[in-house]
Amino acid sequence: MPKIRIENLTKIFGEPAEPALELLEQGLDRKEILKRTGLTLGIADVSFDVEQGEIVVVMGLSGCGKSTLIRCINRLIEPTTGCVEIDGQDIARLDAESVLKLRRSKFGMVFQNFALFPHRTILENVAFGLEVRNMDPAERDNRANESLRQVGLEGWEQAYPAQLSGGMQQRVGLARALAVDPDILLMDEAFSALDPLIRRDMQHELIELQSQVKKTIVFITHDLDEALKLGDRIVLMKDGYVVQVGTPEEILASPANRYVERFVEDVDKSQVLTAGTVMRDAGAVGFRHDGPRTLLHRMEKLSYSSLLVLNRDNTLAGYVLAEDAAAAIRRGDQDINDILKTDGPRVGPDEPLTGLINLLADTRIPVAVISESGRLLGTVVKSNVLSALADAKAGEHDTPTVPDESPEAPAA
Amino acid sequence: MSQDFPFIDKIPLARYIDQGLDWLTFQFAFITRAISTVLGNGVDLVVHLLTYPPPWLVIAGFTALAWYLAGRRVGIGTAAGLLFLWNLQLWVATMETLTLVLFATTVTICIALPIGILGGLSERFHRAIMPILDFMQTMPAFVYLIPAIPFFGLGQVSAMFATVIFSMPPAIRLTTLGIRQVPQELVEAADAFGATRRQKLIMVQLPLAVPTIMAGINQTIMLALSMVVIAAMIGAGGLGGEVWRAIQRLQPGDGFEAGIAIVIVAMILDRVTQHIGRKHKPNP
Ligand SMILES: Nc1ncnc2c1ncn2[C@@H]1O[C@H](COP(=O)(O)OP(=O)(O)OP(=O)(O)O)[C@@H](O)[C@H]1O
Ligand SMILES: [Mg+2]
Repeated sequence: MPKIRIENLTKIFGEPAEPALELLEQGLDRKEILKRTGLTLGIADVSFDVEQGEIVVVMGLSGCGKSTLIRCINRLIEPTTGCVEIDGQDIARLDAESVLKLRRSKFGMVFQNFALFPHRTILENVAFGLEVRNMDPAERDNRANESLRQVGLEGWEQAYPAQLSGGMQQRVGLARALAVDPDILLMDEAFSALDPLIRRDMQHELIELQSQVKKTIVFITHDLDEALKLGDRIVLMKDGYVVQVGTPEEILASPANRYVERFVEDVDKSQVLTAGTVMRDAGAVGFRHDGPRTLLHRMEKLSYSSLLVLNRDNTLAGYVLAEDAAAAIRRGDQDINDILKTDGPRVGPDEPLTGLINLLADTRIPVAVISESGRLLGTVVKSNVLSALADAKAGEHDTPTVPDESPEAPAA
Repeated sequence: MSQDFPFIDKIPLARYIDQGLDWLTFQFAFITRAISTVLGNGVDLVVHLLTYPPPWLVIAGFTALAWYLAGRRVGIGTAAGLLFLWNLQLWVATMETLTLVLFATTVTICIALPIGILGGLSERFHRAIMPILDFMQTMPAFVYLIPAIPFFGLGQVSAMFATVIFSMPPAIRLTTLGIRQVPQELVEAADAFGATRRQKLIMVQLPLAVPTIMAGINQTIMLALSMVVIAAMIGAGGLGGEVWRAIQRLQPGDGFEAGIAIVIVAMILDRVTQHIGRKHKPNP
């Protein structure tokens, strides 16, 4: 059972919603609906699941409905149609009392505009959620202090929000959400006001936190780099609709349409491409039972200076250099026991490109990409990486096969 | 030409109102008489407490209070103003007026605050009370005195009754405004953490509305003071009584003395309440 399940969720701002729903059914877009009915389409037909312990990042341009979506998850906004389930429970069915209980027991929320209480000190702000739960004051302050420390704001307990910079206020908002130790964290552009250094720290802090306590997080951002870094999966939205849901890899490697492509365009792909996506078929290989002559012949034919060697079950045994094979032939060796080297670079398919580039810098032989069981999946040489990066830059401008769904997309 | 309305006789509005009031007076006499006794005794007691000790002691007390609530300057101003009034031999009258105003304001706040909060929380209630408030505020204050007398008899309690009704609208209005002015995002944040309606009100809405509510209370006090002369016509006494006597005897000098005394009391109360409101502004 998914932690959060969102199904066909639609929100129309304004009453009555029926005429807008009808137009939506007919496939009209937000602009047209607004023109004909005066109602604003917040989100339309959004469906996806969030598993326990997963970070799902929601991305999209300003006004595409991200905040509306996240507010539907804890029913700060009543959806017009569709359903949100938390731990299998349809929250639209809950009465007001149970909604309060649910919010107290499961949710922490960080707001885009911070929404700190100006009349409360920083400590009182952070302790708000605990106070609402009627926690004992001593323990409450302890936990609030602890979570202030987590965001690096110890020493500011008695200050008021107006005395803090935007970035610090945002961290107070984060501390307020963390203090209640929620199952589910809803974070609406929680890092947007932070300077790059602190932002990176906070991202790491979140990843760290996630590796320890496995919260379920819905994270909104404008920033694709951030999305790729934090997201187990990314939900891309446009004009209220979801245009693509996928892992960072999937979204980069095969953008669903022009809109997604434009998002993906300026990402530093070396951060997200992995060995698995840039590797090529290993092509010619040798086998453990081959003799040196066979291997050298194969290398000469392809003008390789080395050859990977596999065991019978396709697991990687090592590699043989052309010069060693030639020496072995001169000595009259019949097998490759003496010349098989096992110290070659090998990586898993998840190895990021940045790591690969370092490996490739000081090796002459291809990097072997192997599965968990040791089987050879493919190889990476320098030229593979370069061409993958070049593809990433150039790809957007000459992929006529992708249907153009975005009217604003520039002509190819 | 006849001045009479054609076709229909005069609607006997005045008679209906009289009959209605008679009925109310009769039905609720036991309540109004009880209120009258309690409030009347209360006012007398406080006036007695304020006039029994030597004036310099009471002035010292008020000065300390004003200093504590509103700072040194207001404290010094209070001392100077009250000493001046003592010198003018208006001490007892001033204490009577002050007591009446404070009693009326307290009663007003006790009624206005809950109504104002409801108005701030419920749009429907807000729309229902607005016309009533308009009515209360635009009806000439004199008119309230007339029904007050059969209810509470001549004297201070009737004066208070009229004062309460006349000075209540701004307290209600500004309480409502204060609650509605609380930024939606803060209410939403409280909601997101599962705050109940009560918690939201006590932890977020009311504290943030305090400056606006205090502005309303300030206006209420000023309106109450403006009623003291009118209230003197039904025997409320105090500084209003002094003014009233000066009018009847055509003694402009005495009239101005009492008038200046009212202004001084007004200034002291105004500065003190303003400061309380300002102190509660977020982020001192
Ligand atoms: N309370 C509301 N009443 C009416 N329309 C609303 C309301 N809240 C949001 N909208 C509209 O719904 C649309 C989506 O808004 P939303 O705040 O979800 O966008 P967003 O993706 O969060 O944008 P941003 O990145 O700028 O925060 C916008 O067109 C907005 O004008
Ligand atoms: Mg938003």
